[in-house]
Amino acid sequence: MNRFILPLAIFAALIALLGVGLTLNPREVPSPLIGKSAPHFELPQLRESAKTFTERDMLGKVWVLNVWASWCVSCREEHPVLLDLARNGSVPLYGLNYKDKREDGLAWLTSMGDPYQLSIYDFEGKVGIDYGVYGVPETYVIDKLGVIRYKRIGPLTPEVVKEKLLPLVQELGRA
Amino acid sequence: MLRVLAFLLLAATVSWVYAKEAAPAAADPALEQRVMTLASELRCLVCQNQTIADSNAPLAEDLRNQVREKMRQGASDAQIVDYMVARYGDFVLYRPPLKLTTALLWFGPLLLLAAGFVVLVRRVLRRRPAQDLEMTASERKRAAELLAGNEAERR
Repeated sequence: MNRFILPLAIFAALIALLGVGLTLNPREVPSPLIGKSAPHFELPQLRESAKTFTERDMLGKVWVLNVWASWCVSCREEHPVLLDLARNGSVPLYGLNYKDKREDGLAWLTSMGDPYQLSIYDFEGKVGIDYGVYGVPETYVIDKLGVIRYKRIGPLTPEVVKEKLLPLVQELGRA
Repeated sequence: MLRVLAFLLLAATVSWVYAKEAAPAAADPALEQRVMTLASELRCLVCQNQTIADSNAPLAEDLRNQVREKMRQGASDAQIVDYMVARYGDFVLYRPPLKLTTALLWFGPLLLLAAGFVVLVRRVLRRRPAQDLEMTASERKRAAELLAGNEAERR
């Protein structure tokens, strides 16, 4: 009997390890940008290409930057959540239209609704690289000092908004 | 013969197609060489088991361009690696740095090997030499008979 205990224990430990491994998402790479200043950008706006927008315009406010694209399938899934967030009105939501054609981006906003205060237009994806974007949609919460406090890779869900994003925005708003 | 030829032709086309997909803008071969060498050290975050040198994902292409641009501006390899790590974390490195958090990654296989060795040594030491079993006279006789029988059969 005794000689089975050790192999059994090893087996159980292995199963536990692999079991935990199955629940993790290898796509979610912890961002080194959390706790750092949001990288600087100055990009033309999607709707009015003559106007630019920079993250510095938002100093003193807590805001959310959402990276999206018309070619992005998960963005479609996420869109109603963003519309809800915009309707909720507790945090300004800005979009970064990532590697998209301008007319496609605009058509998307027309047909699906526009939750953003405004969207900026990053055709080359350079700002995307600065923000470490690799899986659209991605969402950042940036505090009053312009520091990135939270990053979500993949679509926002109502649960994430309710349990993570909004409480964090509230907490940061008080600071 | 024809089949072999057709196969070779097909194989050549396939490799040509692949080669074309990851084609670098080969304006300056020396620079391209440097770009690809460094790119093969960096992980593509979209297709996580490929380097940005191998991958055809749009992001990998952008990152290769970024590497190329930085090199043209005179950045050293180390500076470019730092640039990537600042954005994507240690995960972009195919050879992660030796840190406390990556110690298990680096030394885990070695630990497993050592553990296996310990188990092996213990087993070998514990194994007692098999006892010499004396054959009885009758057993010997029977063995001799069987062997003789074999010989006879073979002939």
